[in-house]
Amino acid sequence: MIEVSNLEKSFNGTPVLKGVTCTFETGKCNLLLGGSGTGKSVLLQCIVGLMKPDIGSITFDGTVYTNSKIDIRQEIRRKIGMLFQGSALFDSMTVAENVEFPLQMLTPEMSPEERRERVEFCLKRVGLEKAGNKMPAEISGGMKKRVGIARAIAPQCTYLFCDEPNSGLDPATSIKIDELIHEITHEYNITTVIVTHDMNSVIEIGEHIIFLHQGKKLWDGTKDEILNATVPELRDFIFSSSLVRAAKRVDEETEGGMAAFAEESESGGGI
Amino acid sequence: MLTTFGSFVLFLRGMVTRTERFRVLWNRTIDEAILIGVDSVFIVSIVSAFIGAVTCVQIAYNLTNPLIPQSTIGYMVREMTILELAPTITSIVLAGKVGSSIAGGLGTMRITEQISALEVMGINSTSYLVLPRILAALLMFPMLVIMAMLLSIMGGYLAGTLTGVMTAQDYIEGIRTDFIPYNIVFALIKAVVFAFLVSGISSFKGYFTTGGALEVGAASTGAVTNSIIAILIADFALAAILL
Repeated sequence: MIEVSNLEKSFNGTPVLKGVTCTFETGKCNLLLGGSGTGKSVLLQCIVGLMKPDIGSITFDGTVYTNSKIDIRQEIRRKIGMLFQGSALFDSMTVAENVEFPLQMLTPEMSPEERRERVEFCLKRVGLEKAGNKMPAEISGGMKKRVGIARAIAPQCTYLFCDEPNSGLDPATSIKIDELIHEITHEYNITTVIVTHDMNSVIEIGEHIIFLHQGKKLWDGTKDEILNATVPELRDFIFSSSLVRAAKRVDEETEGGMAAFAEESESGGGI
Repeated sequence: MLTTFGSFVLFLRGMVTRTERFRVLWNRTIDEAILIGVDSVFIVSIVSAFIGAVTCVQIAYNLTNPLIPQSTIGYMVREMTILELAPTITSIVLAGKVGSSIAGGLGTMRITEQISALEVMGINSTSYLVLPRILAALLMFPMLVIMAMLLSIMGGYLAGTLTGVMTAQDYIEGIRTDFIPYNIVFALIKAVVFAFLVSGISSFKGYFTTGGALEVGAASTGAVTNSIIAILIADFALAAILL
């Protein structure tokens, strides 16, 4: 479990995070939801240690991360896997080398044979067992995301962070990526934090959703609760999509159509 | 300016604290040595051979006094090559080729979040990316300068003898006259200092790139410009201190 307490961050005097307090639960897909410029990515970067918050604390399973000694921070960082918005694959390495890289760096005790087996397993897990010898420039955006996931899970991470995993992907590929993240979260019982503004992801995998607006946490709950939330800013955000508006209208007209809609998406039908 | 210098010092300090394992650094240094050294052999060879040739021909053109022996041309080519042309011109050429490559490479890694990916994994990105580049430059620049000295003197020999401005005997006599071994040491000290400046400044420029493709180009240009200015200042300072 990751606990964020009273986190504040500002840039050149402009506050971006204004006392955010939230919890990310273990074994669940925790979604950080919000419009552009609301501080989702800044919060994510503060949690993974790429930015230092001005005030507040972050705790990973009881271990305080902020302002702790470098050894403790390194120890926690080595348990973190991250999928970046642009995948951030190393251009000069093949797909297999990208997945093997964290193993080489973080687990020197592993033999080359063990590393190769682990790479094969991870690539197979994301459905890319035949793409190991390709260069990142030779594969599609969706495949790059899957390689990013394989690289993140290769060293058996405890915490998985995904920064807009669906950006730039078509709806069908987005759903596959969401499903893959969801499956991996439950399979390995890891704490997954996903930054998104995609309502499809909310309906698909939103087990715990935190809504940020203008640097503040305004709401948190599950995907079953979000459509009936009363927070005006959240309702404006959710129902800005004509698709969701239409679904909500059908729900009101048919009394429970929305539940069927959510069930449909849960069973793999998608939106 | 002072802030930038302070950031540069902190950047270098970060590189040597919490370094990666020796084996990782060694492998990375060898990879970088190939990129910095081996891949620069062609351009350094061409530049140094022609500089030697042009120096020889132009000295011969200016040396019209019959009282000055022809062997002086060989002597002057050797002195100019060893003291100035081989270390400084080679380093300026490498600032253009290697410096822009280092800054562009690191800048691209920064804007495509590859450096962030390393940091999130708990890897010291400056130690992993920058230290091997600086070590490789410190290793390869002196070797390239030695090669440049040799090729420059040979270029002068070929130009002098093929154009008929002097005999081979005079040239060889000239390059063997009053040889001071310390000049070689001085040239190698300069090569090491220039290597550090080029690789350090270019890495700094590339590592802290922000923005997009345009800024990567600007970082490369800034790396080359600043490296060349630093080389020229250091060249003067070293000559004043060590000669």
